[in-house]
Order: sequence, then C-alpha cells, then structure tokens
Amino acid sequence: MAVFQSLRYTTVSSVVLMIWLGMAAVTAAAAQDLADRVAALAEGGFNDKVTAVGALAATGDDRAAPVLEAMLEGLLFTQREGGSIVIGEHLSRRELRLADAVTGADLGTAGSRSVRKIRINNRVRAAIRSALGGLKLMHPDPAERRAAAAAVLNAPDLSFLPTLDTAIDRETEPDLKTLLGKARAAVLLSSETVADRLEAVRYLGTYTDPEVRGLLGGLLVERGGRQAEPDDAVRAAAAEAIADIDRRLQQWAIVGNIYQGISLGSVLLLAAIGLAITFGVMGVINMAHGEMVMLGAYATFVTQELFRAYWPGYFGWSLAVAIPFAFLVTALVGMAIERGIIRFLYGRPLETLLATWGLSLILQQAVRTIFGPTNREVGTPDWMQGAIETTAGLTLTYNRLYIILFSLIVLFALMLVLRHTALGLQMRAVTQNRPMAAGMGIPTGRVDMLTFGLGSGIAGIGGVALSQIDNVSPNLGQSYIVDSFMVVVFGGVGNLWGTLAGAMSLGVINKLLEPYAGAVLAKILVLVAIILFIQKRPRGLFALKGRAVEA
Amino acid sequence: MKGLRALRQSTLAFTAATVIGAGVPAISAAETIKVGILHSLSGTMAISETTLKDVMLMLIERQNEAGGLLGMPLEPVVVDPASDWPLFAEKARELISQEEVAVVFGCWTSVSRKSVLPVFEELNGLLFYPVQYEGEESSRNVFYTGAAPNQQAIPAVEYLMSEDGGGAERFVLLGTDYVYPRTTNKILRAFLNANGVGDEDIFENYTPFGHSDWQTIVAEVKDFASQGKRTAVVSTINGDANVPFYKELANQGVSADDLPVVAFSVGEEELAGLDTEPLVGHLAAWNYFMSVDSDENFDFIDAWHAFIGDENRVTNDPMEAHYIGFTMWAQAVQQAGTTDVDAVRQAMYRQSAPNLTGGTAVMNTNHHLSKPVLIGEIQADGQFETVWETDGLVVGDAWSDYIPESAKLTADWTYPWVCGNCEEPRF
Repeated sequence: MAVFQSLRYTTVSSVVLMIWLGMAAVTAAAAQDLADRVAALAEGGFNDKVTAVGALAATGDDRAAPVLEAMLEGLLFTQREGGSIVIGEHLSRRELRLADAVTGADLGTAGSRSVRKIRINNRVRAAIRSALGGLKLMHPDPAERRAAAAAVLNAPDLSFLPTLDTAIDRETEPDLKTLLGKARAAVLLSSETVADRLEAVRYLGTYTDPEVRGLLGGLLVERGGRQAEPDDAVRAAAAEAIADIDRRLQQWAIVGNIYQGISLGSVLLLAAIGLAITFGVMGVINMAHGEMVMLGAYATFVTQELFRAYWPGYFGWSLAVAIPFAFLVTALVGMAIERGIIRFLYGRPLETLLATWGLSLILQQAVRTIFGPTNREVGTPDWMQGAIETTAGLTLTYNRLYIILFSLIVLFALMLVLRHTALGLQMRAVTQNRPMAAGMGIPTGRVDMLTFGLGSGIAGIGGVALSQIDNVSPNLGQSYIVDSFMVVVFGGVGNLWGTLAGAMSLGVINKLLEPYAGAVLAKILVLVAIILFIQKRPRGLFALKGRAVEA
Repeated sequence: MKGLRALRQSTLAFTAATVIGAGVPAISAAETIKVGILHSLSGTMAISETTLKDVMLMLIERQNEAGGLLGMPLEPVVVDPASDWPLFAEKARELISQEEVAVVFGCWTSVSRKSVLPVFEELNGLLFYPVQYEGEESSRNVFYTGAAPNQQAIPAVEYLMSEDGGGAERFVLLGTDYVYPRTTNKILRAFLNANGVGDEDIFENYTPFGHSDWQTIVAEVKDFASQGKRTAVVSTINGDANVPFYKELANQGVSADDLPVVAFSVGEEELAGLDTEPLVGHLAAWNYFMSVDSDENFDFIDAWHAFIGDENRVTNDPMEAHYIGFTMWAQAVQQAGTTDVDAVRQAMYRQSAPNLTGGTAVMNTNHHLSKPVLIGEIQADGQFETVWETDGLVVGDAWSDYIPESAKLTADWTYPWVCGNCEEPRF
C-alpha cells in the first residue's frame, strides 16, 4: 500500500515536474519571442516599426504595455554599445537610469549620450496609441478607458472588434459606452461584409461631430479612379448621412461663432473695464493703460515663479493669489502715476495724452530690462486646460469659459463698489460735480488718487486673465490699448453697462464676420462700422444724460 | 571684364600677401584680421540675434586658440544696429570703411539684409547671412548660409504627402500677412497643384502680426479637416502669434496624429517659452536640430555651453549656419592666402565644410549652400526629434522653379555667367 502510494506520489510529482518543465520551456520560448519582438521595435523604417508595434501588442504579454508606453514617451533607447533595448528614466538632462526593456533588470545610470533614442513619428505614435488602446479597453480607470476608446476610434482596425464587443458589454458609464459604440462602428466600416458596413454608416449617421463626418467622408474619396468604398448602396447611405450631419453642424456652427464672439468680447471687456474708470469716469486719456494690463500679467508670472519655487504642490492656486497681488501692484503704480504726473495735468487732455504715452514707453523698457525681452511662460493650472467637447463638435475651451465668467464677476463687483460703498459714492460725487463735492467736505485729491488706483488695479486683474491666452511680453499692453478705447467710446463714456454692451457687440460682430471676411478684413470692417456709428451717435451706445455731460 | 579684373586683382593680392607673409613675419604677428559682427543687440530682434553674436565670438575665440589665420589673430568688431533697418546700412558702412573688416557676419530679417545690400555691393564687402529666407536673390557680395525655400518648404510638404508623414491630401496654409508667407505659399500652391492637389483641397488664410484670438481659425481648420481626406497644416505664422496659436490648438484638442502642423519659423529658441507637452508630434523643417546625434554636434553643444556658461541654453539652425559659414570663410582665407574679398570669393566656390549633422556642406556658385534637409517632431522636452532627412545634399536654389518669372533666372558667379539674376551668360 505504502509502495503504491509512493509510486502514485512519484507519478504525480513527475507529471507536475514534466508540466513545470514544459511550461518553463514555453516561457523561455515566449521570453525569447518577446525579446525578439522588442528588438524589432528598433529596426528599419517607420513602416517596420508600425508592424513591430502590432506584433508586440499581439503577444498580449503584460510586459508589452510598459515597453510601448516608454516608446510613446520617447524613453525607449538602444544602447550604443551592445545594442540592447533599454527603458530610460531621466535623472537630469544628461543622466539616465536604465532598465532592461524585456526583463526589467536595473542597469544602473548612464550618460544620455551613451544611448540612442528609438525614433518614432506621428504614424508610429498613432499605431502605439491604438495598440495600447486595444490593451487598455478594459482598464479599471475610466480615464484610461476613455483614452483607449479615443485611440481606437482614431486608428480603427478590424482586429479590435472582439475586444470592443466585450468592452461594450462590460462598460457601465453611458458616455463611454457611446464612445465605444462609435469606435465599434468605425472599425466595422472596414469590414468585408456590405451589411456590416451599411449598419455602421447608419449608426454613425446619428451622431453630429466632425470626427464622424471625417470617417464617413473617407468613404466617398476617390483615389486614382478607385472608390474608397466599392459598394454603391453604402456610398449612397454615407452621402445621405453626411448631408444630414452637415445640416446639423451648420446650425451648431452659428452657436459656436456666437460663443467665440462672447469670448472675444469678454477679453475686450477685461482690457477695457479699467479704462472705463480712468477714462470713462475721470476723463483721463490714459495711454499707459495697456501697460497696467501688462504689469498685471507680469505680476502673475512673478506669483507663479514663487509658487514653483516654494509651494509647487499648490500651483493650481497660483492664479487665485495672483489676482489680489496684481491688483495691489498695479493699483499702487497707478496711484503713484496719478500723484506724480496726472494730477498736474487735469483739464489738459493733449498734455495728458503725451505724458502717459511717454510713460507707457518707460514702463515697457523697464519691464524689458528687468525681465528680459523674451516671452515669459505663464503656466495654466490643470483646471483651466482642455475643453468641453459637446456632441455636436462644438469645442468650448475651459480657459475661455473661465475668462467669460471672470470678466462678468469683475464687472459686477465693480458696479457694487461704485454703488454701495462710501468710496464709490465719493467717486461719483467728485466726477459729477467737483466744487460741490469739495464743498461737502470730500477730499477730492485723495478720491482722484483712489479712483485712478482702482482703474489701474482692475486693468491689472485683466492682465492676470490675459496672461492665460496671450504672450506675456513687454508689448502685451500695446495690442489692447486701441481696442480698449474703441470699446469705451463705442459703449458710451462713463457707463459700465455701455462698456459691457460695447465689448460684447464688438466681439460678436468681429467673430461673425471672420469666417467670411478673414481676420484682417473683419477687423477693418468693424473699425469702419464704429467710425460711422460715432458719426451718428457721438456719445456711444449708452449716452449719459444730464448735467454731467456738459461739465 | 569685371571677372577678368577681379581675377587680376586677386592674383595681385595673392602675390602681395605671399610676399608679405614670407618676407616680414615679424610685422604680421602684431596685426590682426578684423571680423565684423552685425547683429541687433537691442530692440525687438535682440531675442534672436544676440545668440548669433555670442556664437560668432565663440567661433573666433576657438580659431584664435588654434593659431588664428595666416599667422594673425582674429579680432571681432561688434556693432549694434538696434533692430533699426536703416541703421543696419550705416553700421555696415562703418564696419567696411572705417574698421576695414575683412568680412561681416550678420543680419536676421530680410528687410535688414535688403537694407545693407547696396552698401556691400558698393564697397565690395563680404556678408555671410545665416537665416532661412524667401529666396529670389543672389548677390555677388553675400553668401547665404541659411535655407532657400527649396531646402525647407518643399521637402516639408513632400514629407507630409508621403506615407510616413501621414499621406496628407488636403492642405491648410496659415500665414502672417506679409511678403515671406505670401511668397512661400505661392510657391507651395504651385507645387501642390503640380502634384495633384487641386485648389479645392487647399485652404489659405492670413492673419495680422501678433494675432492672438485663434478660436475661429482653429475651428475652421478642424472643419476643413473633417472632410474625409487626410489633412495637414503648413504654418508660416511668424513671431509672437505662434504662442497663442499653439495654445489654442492644444486646448481644442488638435493632436498631431490627426492634424499635423509643420512650421518654418519655429525652432528650439521659440519653443523655450512654451509648454510643449500637448504639442508633441507637430513638426518643423530645418537644416539642423539640437537633438541631432553626431559627434560634431556634441562637441559644438559642449563648446557652446562652456562658452556661455549655462547648460540650459539651446542651439539652433542659424547658429549652425554661422558655424558652417565661418569654417568655410576661414578655409577660403587660408587657401587664398589673403583676406582680399575678390580672392576669398573665388576660393569660396566649391568650398566644403562639415555641418553639425554629420555630413558636409558645399558652397555653390550661386552663393547658396548644399545642405541636408531635416524634418523634426516636437518632443515633450522642447526639442525636435528628426523623423525624416533627405538622402543627400539639397542644392540651395536662389530663384524658385515654381514662380514662372523666376524659373528662367540663373544665378552663377563663375565665368561665363558672372551674374546673380540673368537668363543668358553675360560673357
């Protein structure tokens, strides 16, 4: 019995051993195979690389994904000596930590010139993304799944079909499910069966976005006398679907243009709103207004540099800190200008114009000397990057969206200050009737200084927002000064509602004209229209009525 | 006649130089050869041109360490034309007439070059011009070491049309509204039409200098690209407007796999002020990239970093152009045995010098270089990665074959032509 048992045991163990040996052989073969496929990534032209990427992904090996990811990031190298493939990690500009691409073994550090980067281009990059997409369609993280689905939609290939089907079944989030459905239809467009293709065209026809339109449009292309889509019925269906999509896109395009117009209007509003105080309320022709905007943008840059140096973890908050900081800096500069120059020139508009113009040149050169002539990089916090992609192919970028909101908040905050604070009351009193205000015991000189400071400070806040969409360079202000005056004059001097209406209507008109007339001509047309309008209504859209006008 | 005189002059000068060189070496040790550097160190162009002045100082210093030229040390003469085009002409005159420099390295913008051109021709000076430009020029007194359109724009478009470049069939030509983009796009449209791309597949758009609101144009481009054919953007947008343009592209989610943008005025220096993470894969065409993997380039970068004392400074294409130009000039002087302009000019033809990408550049008789053309993709670290390069050297073409009036013209400064823009030999 015991013998028997031991015999059985030996048999079992030998079977186990045999299986284990067999597996080891298979694993060794697989490892060799994987090593070969990884090595193929470094060879030949981009064509060969695309093939090699597909072959590596087809192994389904867990180690394929990190290698492909490294290749995508430009961190996959061949060693100059020995020529083995390694994954690198930058320790500094000139130093890398290397690991073997197949085994993952640590190879220590090496100079960046001892390895040669494996070159990829857009085509290989798309192939890698799509291969990774195939591997990641069932990733636990929804963001990864979204990227994977987008990659597959971008480079559809029939080999993804089974994976896509399983992924669609398992997917729980509705919008991801639609994206996967779209990707599946895109894949089916290259199916062999006409019925599949027809179904895919009909399915895609229900969506309204440029990407789908591009996919369907691809079917109608004719190259060298050969149709991309051989079947007439499918082509007809595609043409019909495209006509439908175009009609819907057209409607959305108008919405898009108006949105872009409002966005341009909000930028104009931010640039002009400070001027509405200094020029509109006080009547000072301030040519250095643009430089206040520029100083605000540089204040943002300084704030961000401090954040980068001391609190890199809180970089997302840097703009929130930059707003009061920029206000403070520019308000102080503004008050200094008012006390130092402008108060001696009240009632002499020509001299004010020349003095402030000179001042603007001095400020520009000062900034150029301190910060250098090159553009400074102002970072955009993560929450302001990217866009909302609506289903209709309309892209609403976050930075523009926040700027629209921000400009309205600034406008209404300013209105509240003018209407409901003691300073606001005094300001209005002084600008409406200076001797009377003085007679009532209001220190007019101090109010002038504070008003000019407020206007400058608000220009500085505008600079914080503009730093997100424009170059931060010493010339930043110059490009906005003319537009700002245009808005204030068009809207009606001394009226904040007029400034809002002026900025928005100029923005929208400009953007509605642009697709037809081009950027250069659109700007000219708007300028001509304003000149004509001012002839008819010299006081702008919202003219102030009453005694203040004559004063 | 002119050619004969030049030949006689150079022979005379050659003989004189040999006599002096051999007879009285004691004097020549005290003398120097003056090299003029005419780059803006202030004003708007200072951003780009200051670097070129530094690179020239470095090259001169290295030459002096190697014993100078003809037994004499080189002496740099730096002047500042302050981004003011008429001042360029005045400073050029000062360099040639008062300082009596042997050669001038300088200028960046085409307008500054046009401004100094009459001065160099009148005083028979020698100028090395290091920047890519619109072509349509060949002067006897200028050597153009930057790229002509056929060494930048045309190869870039050919790459986009190739399978590796994505096989583009539709093109968007975006440019700033002035002469260089309009000339280049005229050449490109003729080229595209000749290669089977019809006018319905070309969308041309111009914007003012410093344009900052790109929403509409990017949306239009996206729409134009969604018609089923592979589309690519060719950008001749210049200067500051590039930053908001690339920001808008990134924000609207235009990725390079879908819609690649190839630019002709964006190099390593321009990318320095941008977050390039979302721009990976967009392209640029130049004759040199800092990332090029060659021993000459590594040496050059090391020397540059040591000279400037900052490891973060980048190198770029016009710097390479000066490197090639200076090496060629130094060789030509040694061969001619004199710094006399006419003799050096003769020695310049067919002169070859190593370029930093590992090959050899050759100076042609039309005063333009033969150089390789590289196409690079933007990487996350702000560098370009070469994805394509020409097999051999491309001969710089002074007069474009794609502009009918220019196609007839030939530039050749050797007998029997001796002319920069004629249709028949002058002699």
